[in-house]
Amino acid sequence: MPPLIQATGLTKRFGAFTAVDAIDFTVNAGESFGFLGPNGAGKTSTMRMIGAVSPITEGLLTVLGLDPGRQGPQLRSRLGVVPQEDNLDEELTVYDNLMMYGRYFDLPRSLIRERIDELLDFVQLSEKRKSKVDALSGGMKRRLTIARGLINEPDLLILDEPTTGLDPQARHVLWDRLYRLKQQGVTLIITTHYMDEAEQLCDRLVVMDKAKIVAEGSPRELIERYAPREVVEVRFPPGVLDTVADRLAGFASRAEILADRALLYTNDADATIRSVADAGLEPETLLARRATLEDVFLRLTGRTLVD
Amino acid sequence: MATPLSLRVVEAEARVYRRTWRGSVISSFLNPVLYLLAMGMGLGALVDTNLPGGIDGISYLTFLAPGLLVATAMQTGAGEGAWKVMAGIKWAKTYHAKLATPIGIPSLVGGHMLWSGARVLMVSVVFAAVMTAFRVAPVLESLLAIGPAVLVGLAMAAATTAFTARLEEPTGLPLYFRFVVIPMFLFSGVFFPISQLPGWLQPVALFTPVYHGVELSRAIVVGTTPAVTWWVSVLYLASWAAVGTLLTVVPFRKRLTP
Repeated sequence: MPPLIQATGLTKRFGAFTAVDAIDFTVNAGESFGFLGPNGAGKTSTMRMIGAVSPITEGLLTVLGLDPGRQGPQLRSRLGVVPQEDNLDEELTVYDNLMMYGRYFDLPRSLIRERIDELLDFVQLSEKRKSKVDALSGGMKRRLTIARGLINEPDLLILDEPTTGLDPQARHVLWDRLYRLKQQGVTLIITTHYMDEAEQLCDRLVVMDKAKIVAEGSPRELIERYAPREVVEVRFPPGVLDTVADRLAGFASRAEILADRALLYTNDADATIRSVADAGLEPETLLARRATLEDVFLRLTGRTLVD
Repeated sequence: MATPLSLRVVEAEARVYRRTWRGSVISSFLNPVLYLLAMGMGLGALVDTNLPGGIDGISYLTFLAPGLLVATAMQTGAGEGAWKVMAGIKWAKTYHAKLATPIGIPSLVGGHMLWSGARVLMVSVVFAAVMTAFRVAPVLESLLAIGPAVLVGLAMAAATTAFTARLEEPTGLPLYFRFVVIPMFLFSGVFFPISQLPGWLQPVALFTPVYHGVELSRAIVVGTTPAVTWWVSVLYLASWAAVGTLLTVVPFRKRLTP
């Protein structure tokens, strides 16, 4: 089966500014594919080119076998888009928003009505059917936007930072829904700057930084490739960290000294913790955890994802 | 421009309008009633007494009504192209939502213009009914006068949308209404013939869409002979609508699908 998305040397420039710099990637059917990177890495520009709402500057891009530049409307009729900022019609009801959106795809009203019932059930908003959108919480609006993106039963659902700005509980509800979609075989593209989101939802992902792809693989692969198994986070009072940085580095295979804490990368967290204690150092807090994509990103770029 | 998908945009606008239609219908009915009472009959009595034979041999009310029809259509058209467009592009970003579907810029702009035309038509029909009730003109003439009113409304909707589409901040809109729309309302031959204007201002008035619409509608209702041949005025108004629409497409493309 040919890939759903094929990008080669994909580039987007706005005047002198290069937002996406000759990136290559492939997304297969049924896959949940992520773009992980900080704000301004070029994720949204990439999504907009895939969504056929932003012409590509250079390179090749095929989505669902179509050319976004020349077959935009045809392509968009098979996509679902959940944009970064909610752009629901706040003055209309939940039902009207979905009906109106379905009509943009030229679907018959009776079919849209059926789908609205199913989708509201799926995103757990059935009781809110007649509520005006501006009365919904942030999490509900996001779920409604997802339902809206599914109204045309898309072959590909594009989610641009789906949980940014949501509280932890709303995020988990959303993840659960997206996970179900994934189980149903819907191909998802997700951009995020949350590594836990990428770990939870993505089968495969690319890490983007400064308009380029800096790594590609499954979350597990990336962690294994770029970070030792475990991390010990130690926190010291302000000013103290710098004085002990060199000694800390000696207890791990690699150390990252951040503003407020040090990350000690190691294959044996217990041993590292013991060494810290044996050396007579007394950190304010000390925490051992598994390495995450955040550590991968830090390793690749020298910066944290969310500052 | 009028691809079938622009009809979907019209449908969506109608869905939004349905929420506020009552207030809107009442004001589009009250507006002409109040104006025709105050200006046409109140002020008109004074004009008719002091100007035996009236303006061009007709009563002030008869002079005013067809002009006011066009001026009202002009304001409605301008209104459709202002804050709503700003919201679509910048605040609620509903245009972005539409463009993620098969709807493209041509259908979006086409649908917007069609809907603006529909709104102008609604307001004009109500106005024509009021005009008939005031016995200014028989039903047929009143209805025919809607034609130039809709043209002017479309011309202003297109021009205003093209203007709004270029604004980064909404601060330009109140200025536009204060220094373009209201002067056009007052000084384009609606309330008095433009021959009353200072000499240097007359050519300016001659270039406004309202002037041409008023001349056409007055010719239909009263039977006056317009200073400009009727089809020149029609073409002039149509080209405002066409050029305004084209000038909208460019900034829409730049801002919505960069």
